[in-house]
Amino acid sequence: MTQEYNVVVGMEVHAQLLTNTKMFCRCSADYQGAPPNTHTCPVCLGLPGALPVSNRAAVEATIRTGLALNCEIAETAVFARKNYHYPDLPKGYQISQYELPLCRNGWVEIELPDGSVKRIRIHRAHLEEDTGKNTHAGLHTLVDLNRAGMPLLEVVTEADIASADEAYAFLTKLRSVLRYLGVNSGNMEEGALRCEPNISVRTPEQAARGELGAKVEVKNLNSLRAVRNAIAYEAERQAGVLNAGGVIEQVNMGWDEDRQRTVLQRSKESSEDYRYFPEPDLPPLVVDRQWVEETARTLPELPDAKEQRYRQDWSLRPADTGAITGEKAVADYFEAAVAAYGQEDGKPQRMANWITDELFRLLYADGEGQDLRQIAATRVQPQQLAALVQMVDARKINANTGKKVLELMYGSGDDPQTVVKREGLAMVSNTDVIDAAVQEAFDSNPDELARYRSGEKKLFGFFMGQMMRATKGKADPQAARQRLQEMLDG
Amino acid sequence: MGSQNSTKHLTSLGVAEASAGLAAGRFTSVDLTKAFLERIERLDGALHAFLRTTPAEALEAASGADRARADGDSRPLLGIPLAIKDVLMTSGIETTAGSRILEGFVPPYSATAVNKLKAAGTIVLGKTNTDEFAMGSSTENSGYGPTRNPWDLERVPGGSSGGSAAAVAADEAPAALGTDTGGSVRQPAAFCGIVGLKPSYGRVSRYGLIAYGSSLDQIGPITKSVADAALLLEAVAGVDPYDSTTMPVDVPDFSAALTGEISGMRIGIPHEYFVEGIQPEVEAAVRASIEQFASLGAETVPIHLPNTELALPVYYLVVTAEASANLARFDGIRFGLSVDGDTVFDHFRQTRGAGFGSEVKRRIMLGTYALSAGYYDAYYLKAQQVRTLIKQDFDNAFTDVDVILSPTSPTTAFRIGEKVDDPLAMILTDIFTTSANLAGLCGISIPCGFDDGGLPIGLQLLGPSLGEEKILRAAHAYEQSTEWRLRRPEL
Repeated sequence: MTQEYNVVVGMEVHAQLLTNTKMFCRCSADYQGAPPNTHTCPVCLGLPGALPVSNRAAVEATIRTGLALNCEIAETAVFARKNYHYPDLPKGYQISQYELPLCRNGWVEIELPDGSVKRIRIHRAHLEEDTGKNTHAGLHTLVDLNRAGMPLLEVVTEADIASADEAYAFLTKLRSVLRYLGVNSGNMEEGALRCEPNISVRTPEQAARGELGAKVEVKNLNSLRAVRNAIAYEAERQAGVLNAGGVIEQVNMGWDEDRQRTVLQRSKESSEDYRYFPEPDLPPLVVDRQWVEETARTLPELPDAKEQRYRQDWSLRPADTGAITGEKAVADYFEAAVAAYGQEDGKPQRMANWITDELFRLLYADGEGQDLRQIAATRVQPQQLAALVQMVDARKINANTGKKVLELMYGSGDDPQTVVKREGLAMVSNTDVIDAAVQEAFDSNPDELARYRSGEKKLFGFFMGQMMRATKGKADPQAARQRLQEMLDG
Repeated sequence: MGSQNSTKHLTSLGVAEASAGLAAGRFTSVDLTKAFLERIERLDGALHAFLRTTPAEALEAASGADRARADGDSRPLLGIPLAIKDVLMTSGIETTAGSRILEGFVPPYSATAVNKLKAAGTIVLGKTNTDEFAMGSSTENSGYGPTRNPWDLERVPGGSSGGSAAAVAADEAPAALGTDTGGSVRQPAAFCGIVGLKPSYGRVSRYGLIAYGSSLDQIGPITKSVADAALLLEAVAGVDPYDSTTMPVDVPDFSAALTGEISGMRIGIPHEYFVEGIQPEVEAAVRASIEQFASLGAETVPIHLPNTELALPVYYLVVTAEASANLARFDGIRFGLSVDGDTVFDHFRQTRGAGFGSEVKRRIMLGTYALSAGYYDAYYLKAQQVRTLIKQDFDNAFTDVDVILSPTSPTTAFRIGEKVDDPLAMILTDIFTTSANLAGLCGISIPCGFDDGGLPIGLQLLGPSLGEEKILRAAHAYEQSTEWRLRRPEL
């Protein structure tokens, strides 16, 4: 019998902070797409004699994030030098934080499939500088230092994550919080958000004794899905090795997206001793309590709080709240639409349905792909969507026509009234027109009519469809249903 | 002929005297600059105080200064030529820190102190020799050969700012900038019979100073008089947005502190600084200076600095640890020497192996060791703790006294080669100077006599952090009451 294993995952997440300038110099942080080594200066090139000066905006972004992740904010944080040699590390050390990070002991809540809530503890969150980028070109390695010295927030969790799905949920929530705060783009493909899970497995007996298995760190994960797949793969691989009598070695692996498997990477230095010591060029960062309080006061409403408010005040279904609060842009859109539409009689839920079912479908189908933040750029203004749903409510158009109208609005940006008028989509509740359509359906389908009348009552739906087709979907379904019933039975 | 005499006269001038002459129109900045360039040309083959001179740029700047003066510019340092230690970045002028690893490196930017001096109207004559990366006490560790002491060409000028000190002592420059990490301004000033000022940590920006020990390094003037040191300090001091460790305080009028009046000033004489092994003439000269201060009205007070003997070991742990990281950037990737290797790590090894001298390698290894896992607590951390104790010794002392007086160095200048094979003996020459760097104090070395061989002796005055006005006033009063500075080396 094969042994069951529990998965234990801890995460290190690196998030590039959205500041105007780099972490320790005045170079513009907007280097994406710029020619190599054009966003550089003596400081981020590590020229002799150059000295770092901390970027206050980056410190504040870290404090904001720490507060949002329920962390303690240090009264004194200390930058430290992490020493190692690599061509993309200009000074031969990275300025980071070691013994005294800015943020400690926080947590993030994720929702499990059974609806329960689990806390993933945050061990620490600190500020450091990014490295440059090596590109291998044939026999040569080219170094681009545009990225060197970018402010980087490192978030380290406790090993509280127990599955690939939990990791996915955690990372989704963290990315959501970072985007709400406006401190990080959340873009994993461009490397603005990077995630390195530490994965190990252990038997339930080991778990009971508090033992951990050897952990494997996986790098090169460029999407949320890759993180989930890599953890699932690695957990299974490790269980397989153990079940075959093997031993798990503590190594770094990379994720091969094409083959959907982890592959062994050689570590940078065989045994890594970073010889951390306090950065003498930067005085200890004394964090004024008033600054922290002021920052706390100006935090935006975060996804968890929004979710709770939607459920409590608007009775939104849990499944929809998550879909709406995940992206701040979607929540903003939703709230603007509800403001225009109304909060009474389950209206927020109806609006949620329109957004998550219909508008999302259009966004996904659009070339912009999976990024729901594009909702902020759609031509359909929240007020226009509210007007559309109001037309459905008032039975000026039926729901199916409403979806068609939305599609046309999405393409043109026109008001729903304009679209309905132009396309002649107003709902038909005129009895003569409906009667004519029913009659047409009867005439075209004499066999079905006979079968219905001999008791095959399930053909009602068939006639309903035929009749709707005859009115091009514009018939008021309620009126149509009533007349059809009367005429079938009459 | 006459011009030779007037040239000799010009090069004997210090900063304040030259400034007065320029203001009075007795000579131009071009005259002055030419005189110094000619003297360098004549003497520096034997001295090797300069690694390189910049005559064309200097003369152009000098004529610019003369034009500015003709237009009414009367800033005190306008048109004054200076020498700059080669650990300070000078835009467009090769800067090597005395190391082969930076041979040919021309920086794209200048140190803040250099920019400030330029903005004040001074002229750069050239870059002076130094122990490689300022690691040494004799300038023998330069990758480009040693500098010689103008008082005796067989002796060292001290170090690591030995090039700057020799240049000023030999009248090759009216003044120079040096840097002091553990005594590297004060000790060569003492060995060369001139004035060397180490400002308080954070008084002068370190931006553009090629870092040796980041928590210890300070840029300081090397001059012929205390008044000149005050003038130059005023020009280079001040908070710098490019150096977070500069102190956000206004720059005082240091020259105004030179009142000549020190009656009632309390001068501490630390028991622990008069140890066995001091050269007898040095001790005698310094003890005589204590009498002189007393005769000027100062009160001399015996004090204790109980952790003195720990300063040297603490210093060598802290400075090498910081240096091991500071010198990591010399990897042959972006600038300086680059030696190919089989792999990227082999490239690092080859480049650093070829580019660094043995003392630099020794200190990088010591520092790396002190920071290594398993040793950090016992070495680096412990050193930082003891450093706090040393600082407390001084804090306590300065509640009772205004300044502290000691020898600058236990000996006068030693012979070239005498200590090169004994790194520990070399290190002991810093025994009285490193504490000031560990504690962030200010200190000054001024001439206080000569030994039996005619070599200069220096005395050191230490003041509390930001206490430059006190040590300058005391040093100036003593200097003006003695004639040591009038004796010049014969070259």
